[in-house]
Amino acid sequence: MPQAGQFVSMHRLAPEVILCLFGIIIMAVDPFVSAARKRVLGWVAFVGALLALFGVHVANHSQGPAYDNLISTDAFSVFLHAIVIVAAALAILGSIDYLDREGIQRGEYYSLVLFAAAGMGILAGANELVTAFIGLEMSSISSYVLVGFRRRAAVSNEASMKYFLLGSFATAFFLYGIAMVYGATGTTYIDKVQATLQDSGNIPALAILGLGLIFVGLGFKVVIAPFQVYGPDVYEGAPTPVTTLLASAPKAATFALMLRIFYVSFGAASEFWFWAVWISAVLTMFIGNLAALVQTNVKRMLAYSSIAHAGYILVAFAASTSLGIAAVLFYLAAYVLMKVGAFLIVTHLGQQGEKRLDIQDYAGLGTKQPVLAACFSLFLLSLLGLPATAGFLGKFFAFQSALDAHTVHGTAIIWLVVIAAINSVIGAYYYLRVMISMYFAEPSKEYVPSSVAPALSFAIFVAAAGTLYLGILPARALDFARAAAESLPLH
Amino acid sequence: MAPQPLLLSVVTFLPLLSVAALLVLRSDDHAWIRRIALTASLAEFAVSLLLLRGFDSTSAAYQFTEYHHWIGDAIHYHLGIDGISLFLVLLTTFLTPIAILCSWESIRENVKGFFISLLVIETAMIGVFVSLDLFLFFVFWELTLIPMYFMIGMWGHERRIYAAVKFILYTMFGSILMLVAILWLYGLSGGFDVDGIQQYLASGSLPHTTELLLFGAFFLAFAIKVPLFPLHTWLPDAHTEAPTAGSVILAGVMLKLGTYGILRFCVPLFPEAAREMAPFIGVLAIIGIVYGALVATVQTDLKRLVAYTSVSHLGFVVLGIFAFQTTAIQGAIYQMLNHGVSTGALFLTVGMLYDRRHTHDIKQFGGLATPMPVLMSFFLFIALSSLALPPLNGFIGEFMILIGTYVGHHAWASWAASGAVLSAIYLLWAYQRVALGEVTVEKNKTLTDASTRERIILVAMAVAILFMGIASPLFTRRMEASVSNVIQRVNPPQNASRPASIPCMGDKASNAAAGSQASLATIPGRGQQ
Repeated sequence: MPQAGQFVSMHRLAPEVILCLFGIIIMAVDPFVSAARKRVLGWVAFVGALLALFGVHVANHSQGPAYDNLISTDAFSVFLHAIVIVAAALAILGSIDYLDREGIQRGEYYSLVLFAAAGMGILAGANELVTAFIGLEMSSISSYVLVGFRRRAAVSNEASMKYFLLGSFATAFFLYGIAMVYGATGTTYIDKVQATLQDSGNIPALAILGLGLIFVGLGFKVVIAPFQVYGPDVYEGAPTPVTTLLASAPKAATFALMLRIFYVSFGAASEFWFWAVWISAVLTMFIGNLAALVQTNVKRMLAYSSIAHAGYILVAFAASTSLGIAAVLFYLAAYVLMKVGAFLIVTHLGQQGEKRLDIQDYAGLGTKQPVLAACFSLFLLSLLGLPATAGFLGKFFAFQSALDAHTVHGTAIIWLVVIAAINSVIGAYYYLRVMISMYFAEPSKEYVPSSVAPALSFAIFVAAAGTLYLGILPARALDFARAAAESLPLH
Repeated sequence: MAPQPLLLSVVTFLPLLSVAALLVLRSDDHAWIRRIALTASLAEFAVSLLLLRGFDSTSAAYQFTEYHHWIGDAIHYHLGIDGISLFLVLLTTFLTPIAILCSWESIRENVKGFFISLLVIETAMIGVFVSLDLFLFFVFWELTLIPMYFMIGMWGHERRIYAAVKFILYTMFGSILMLVAILWLYGLSGGFDVDGIQQYLASGSLPHTTELLLFGAFFLAFAIKVPLFPLHTWLPDAHTEAPTAGSVILAGVMLKLGTYGILRFCVPLFPEAAREMAPFIGVLAIIGIVYGALVATVQTDLKRLVAYTSVSHLGFVVLGIFAFQTTAIQGAIYQMLNHGVSTGALFLTVGMLYDRRHTHDIKQFGGLATPMPVLMSFFLFIALSSLALPPLNGFIGEFMILIGTYVGHHAWASWAASGAVLSAIYLLWAYQRVALGEVTVEKNKTLTDASTRERIILVAMAVAILFMGIASPLFTRRMEASVSNVIQRVNPPQNASRPASIPCMGDKASNAAAGSQASLATIPGRGQQ
């Protein structure tokens, strides 16, 4: 490969460049925009996200390594960039009216969302662990601030503080892990670690220890058991549009990095990490689903549900085959759409001060706002895994890829699928509970429905259409996911 | 073969199209919503009758097949029907307009949502019967759940939410394990196509334990749906709490999804396992027959009583299937149709009583034959059909099942026959308590007899009952080739010459399999000709 100059490969980072550029523009312009007009900045951010999607398109057509191989712009990275940026764009649309309603319309909010998205993009494309660390920090630090953005609300502050303290710990774990992997292999390049480990024949204990620490660090970020404890508190306390972003995009990006590290660097050690993933998957699913059963706060319930979904993703993750990667990627795409959709609706229904978050508060929504209730039902049914929705096919491919790997892992993985299947029935109960409230319960009297703002309705529409599209005609997305999986240099 | 290449798709999706039409209407325009729903469902019934015309009853192959790529290389849009599914599709299209008609006045809230649910269920149920791709099958299978969930939960009676949740969780638990089994089969055979999987499994490369596990996963899903004892506990609640139309659809068609699944997938795909498990399943079926009948006898709630008769009658169907005799299986399919019509009709009459008195409590009735002779006459007629009085439809089905079962399993047949006796007890006793004697409750004296709308419904059901009783060969003839096809998979021809190879079946069984079955199958019909 010819050693290209550093800036020649900049177009391969086009999405990040565009996102950061718009983030900076918004910050620079912010002081000159009067308070009444600040919502324009939200639209600027949305345009930035759209342009970044175009940047993804550009990057897609010029795949290859960037910045001396620190970044690898392959089909895998492109797929995840698309997911992350779509999630960010939808979250921005959901934020514009929310911030007005809460009286916290500020330019830096949108800048932070864009910076976070850029960080997640780097996570998805990183081919070097320290670069990945930078991406992780970019997205995390922006998120810490965003979580505390309702600065007059105690829950928001508490969530921010909790997230910051525990998140810093987790990043430290990740950093230690990198150090150990470096110590064992002498490199921090993801693909070179693979080559070194393969050359040496056996895998040094230090490298395994490093992998373990990386698992802890990243496991915290994707909220899997036993590192899930902070998740529901943070998701509940954060402003709902931020929860929308937090529950979707960073998970996708961090899972991407985990895939790269586990499958590429440590592909030869899959029998070591298989059991860690297996145990974590079982714990994550059970904790997520069982805890969600008893929640009365919708945001908290959805938070536990997203823990459960991380568990389903781990089922496909455990497959340790190329099919498994494709299944994880498809699941992430489906998951992000339905989760974003669900939280966007909660954003609207929460009303001022996020007061209406109890399941009981949704009583009679089916008759008062039938379209909104139908969309919410669609997202819930998709999370539940009902056919003709994206969530069903996500689970379907996840289970399929896991069963397919029984030649590698034996009956353990078959049991994992059975456990996951049982869990998805447990999960059915709490999703249906919301629908019971919406459709079967007597309408609550004091609820005055407010009309959904155009920006938010558009975002909900996009998420709903995507959920249905992936559920009925998944072939194209699946082809992309397969191509992305094959673009990873597995051993 | 199939003169109309798109007919099956039209039959499947026509109700869904009419849903689109309903969505456009204003939701308070109740009159037009009802009219359009009824017209659409009648049109659907008319279109589905075209299937009869083009159906080749001599062929065991799938007919009206459609085959298109859908997702990737493995998942196809593959439709087709044979003698097993043909009449189940017709049953569905017949009962839907009846269900719409019976909800004409009793459903007053959210009328639009109700009829949309009903039509979506129709599409989903037909889809289950015509799918020849396991993925497609599963999609339709799950799609039946949500509209039924809404139907029970939104328009049901007092404990509707409990019943709806119980119904959906039970069924989902079964079906999710079936999904795992479907995926496993895909991993083994590389496809979801039923034919392809059947060929793969027939090659005999499946380890025995795997076959048993896969059979178990499929069977559990279907047994919950049937419902087979001891998995039946969701049924009385769901039936009792559902609105009349919901009960009609639930009992009339949805339970058959389970028995159909057993007959279409469990038995032909895993014949070894089916043979091995048949003794246990047969016993469970008999327990269901007797238990369902006994529990029905002591019910004080009329609707619950009818619900428990389903447990008993569906036990007959399962028993017939696992007798592995052409006659018995034909009888089982016939009994599925009979049960759909007769029990559907029972629920309709119970619903009509409920519309008048808003109770299902038998004590609240008594002597109703005096104020409403027409309705009670129909009630008696329907009850007689349900308790298998010749020459009505129920008799043919039960008789064929018993005769076919008797060939191989004397004891099974004797036990099951006791269920037939019990059914006379609980139904006639119920009729006596509801219709005969003095009018005990003052309110009942002024009850109005069946309205024109109700008479139309009742006459349609009665005609169907009588027609199916008299003209049964018209039905059984079309099933025969497909049923023999199933039998051949369970009892391969080479076994027929070696009677000892199937321990549970004596010489008579193999003789019958060799040839006398065809004549047996026509016995019930012959008497009428």
